Amino acid sequence: MLRVERVHTLYGHIEALRGVDIEVKEREIVALIGSNGAGKSTLLMTICGTPQAAAGRILFEGRDITRVPTHLIMRSGIAQAPEGRRIFPRMTVLENLQMGALVGDPAKFSEDLENVFSIFPILKQRETQRGGTLSGGEQQMLAIARALMSRPRLLLLDEPSLGLAPMIVRQIFQIIQDINQKTGTTILLVEQDAFHALRLAHRGYVLVNGSIALTGTGRELLANREVRAAYLEGGATEDQ
Amino acid sequence: MTGHAGPSLKENLKDAGAMALASAALALPLVGFLTVDRAQTIVLEYRFGELLYAVAVIFVGRLLLLLANQGHSPAVLVATGAFSVLWAANAFLGIVAITWPALGWLTWIVFSVIALRAWFFMYQAGRRVKQDASDVAERAGTVIYRLGKYLGPALAAFALVMPLMPFADQRMVDLGILVLTYIMLGWGLNVVVGLAGLLDLGYVAFYAVGAYSYAIISLNWGLNFWETLPLAGAMAATFGILLGFPVLRLRGDYLAIVTLGFGEMIRLILLNWDELTNGPKGMGGIARPSFFGMPFTAAPPEGVTAVHQFFGLNFAPIHRVIWLYYIILAMALLTNWFTLRIRQLPIGRAWEALREDEIACRALGINPTNTKLTAFAIGAMFGGFAGSFFATRQGFISPESFNFLESAIILAVVVLGGMGSQIGVVVASVVLIGGPEWFRDLEAYRMVAFGALMVAIMVWRPQGLLAHREPTIHLRGRQPAPAVAARAPAR
Repeated sequence: MLRVERVHTLYGHIEALRGVDIEVKEREIVALIGSNGAGKSTLLMTICGTPQAAAGRILFEGRDITRVPTHLIMRSGIAQAPEGRRIFPRMTVLENLQMGALVGDPAKFSEDLENVFSIFPILKQRETQRGGTLSGGEQQMLAIARALMSRPRLLLLDEPSLGLAPMIVRQIFQIIQDINQKTGTTILLVEQDAFHALRLAHRGYVLVNGSIALTGTGRELLANREVRAAYLEGGATEDQ
Repeated sequence: MTGHAGPSLKENLKDAGAMALASAALALPLVGFLTVDRAQTIVLEYRFGELLYAVAVIFVGRLLLLLANQGHSPAVLVATGAFSVLWAANAFLGIVAITWPALGWLTWIVFSVIALRAWFFMYQAGRRVKQDASDVAERAGTVIYRLGKYLGPALAAFALVMPLMPFADQRMVDLGILVLTYIMLGWGLNVVVGLAGLLDLGYVAFYAVGAYSYAIISLNWGLNFWETLPLAGAMAATFGILLGFPVLRLRGDYLAIVTLGFGEMIRLILLNWDELTNGPKGMGGIARPSFFGMPFTAAPPEGVTAVHQFFGLNFAPIHRVIWLYYIILAMALLTNWFTLRIRQLPIGRAWEALREDEIACRALGINPTNTKLTAFAIGAMFGGFAGSFFATRQGFISPESFNFLESAIILAVVVLGGMGSQIGVVVASVVLIGGPEWFRDLEAYRMVAFGALMVAIMVWRPQGLLAHREPTIHLRGRQPAPAVAARAPAR
């Protein structure tokens, strides 16, 4: 569904991505893990076209989107819950969701709304509240819900666990899994929390210094000694 | 004495003295000297009496405020309140003649403010939850917002009947036209600044383009007001797009500077392009609007019916003023209606989203450039309409009318009213444009009162008088959330 081929991305003279290859197949959850500054978010943003790849190409459903402007990429069946959530704080929950539906078919708005509310019942209760008054977890849910309003075939999630309490993190990951299983939405997930991400992902990639160091199924990576040493030991515990 | 150990009287005197000294240094050049033009030379006059008086007021006022803050508010309230009431009663009944009424009124304002402050300290002391002044102002804002549902139509109804009221003389209706022009300009700029969040310091450029388009078209081709209006609006919108296209990749301060430059450019072009604009001499003889083809003249040419003849009235110049008033009222209401409608459409919502977070917008498939351009063009179009009206009302325009101060006033109307708030623009226009007219009794101190008002708004309502954002959609059968004006996030 999504192929990233030998992609290089530059920030000025600094090469943030050095020839990254990844593939996301239909109905998969793919996790992208790595430490701070490894280039995880950069890869996600490059797929969205800001910044555009300096070399290599990105194919979505067979179409080359490497040089397509961001707003057109986001209209082609890809949606994103950006890093740091970036909901609209002064707009109500309902208006935030409506913003997500700008791309979609207006006739399907209420249907999509019901669908999103069934996944996130708390948002229905918060409907008339301003986005800025929600808790961190609720804001993250709103960000994901907003992305879902355009009926994406591929959902990009950038660090959904950022700054959330462990219990909320588990809840969010459960919801991500539900979305994938119930609607068949393909998900590419960028995460620091390697343990939770790899546990629910079908496959994963480990990004180190702008290139892919390791790949495998989520289970394989969880069991991998290097991965455990670098991202898991001393971090999250397995008994959760 | 109150129980707690506050600063001693000596310390208070020292504080007030320092304040008085600082203000004396400031006021010496501002108040102390006056240049007077006498017998072809400029003579310096001294106003040390006034200076001394101002410093004394500041000294006493500071002392009273300090005392009020240290638990003596009831005493301060009684003292200042008594003075204010006695002064007002005296002014009303005229028992004692006052030598310097303007200075007296200034003292009255100062003492009234102190009395208000003292009352506020008492009010605060009587509450368990500590509130500061902006919380109280915020609650007042919320009340006004709740009334807003009725306030808007009520104001519109008042505006509609105002010229027909017995108290409405020509000066009053003229003032109404002026205020309405700024309301319309404020609503137009509100699309750009309030909704789309693009700080535009050169809005007057579009006002100028509209005015000159109208003047040039009507003088050269003899089209009437209603035929020219859309052309002038389209012209201004075109300029909005022309300016917007290269500069909208800039953000925040950078955008503000470029728009500021654009405003000056337009003024300089108008000043120097003699063949088209007649340069600094300006353009006169611009066609006045007719009433459905009937002119407002005392003696119409043969075969033409004038308005007063048609209605069987005696000719009066106020008829034309009233008609102008209704034109600008209709245009302003149209602007408001348009803005309220477009906020509920995808494009309007995209503007607001863009103001909040451009990166998120891009992630949602919004094209930021086009969205900003439409905001700029539509804002410019309303500015152009207002400019046309200005031209037809004045009958004469010159580049002088379109300087930076004008942009600043329009922006002040939007910002002080509360960015994005339609009713806020109305309130701010009435206060900022109508206010200086009402303060005329203060003579030379009128601008002092104006400045004090601005400072008061900045201190108590930094987010604008009515900074409340009304949600654009509700699901059926649900009540909107309680109108708690969310403090705008700092960005």
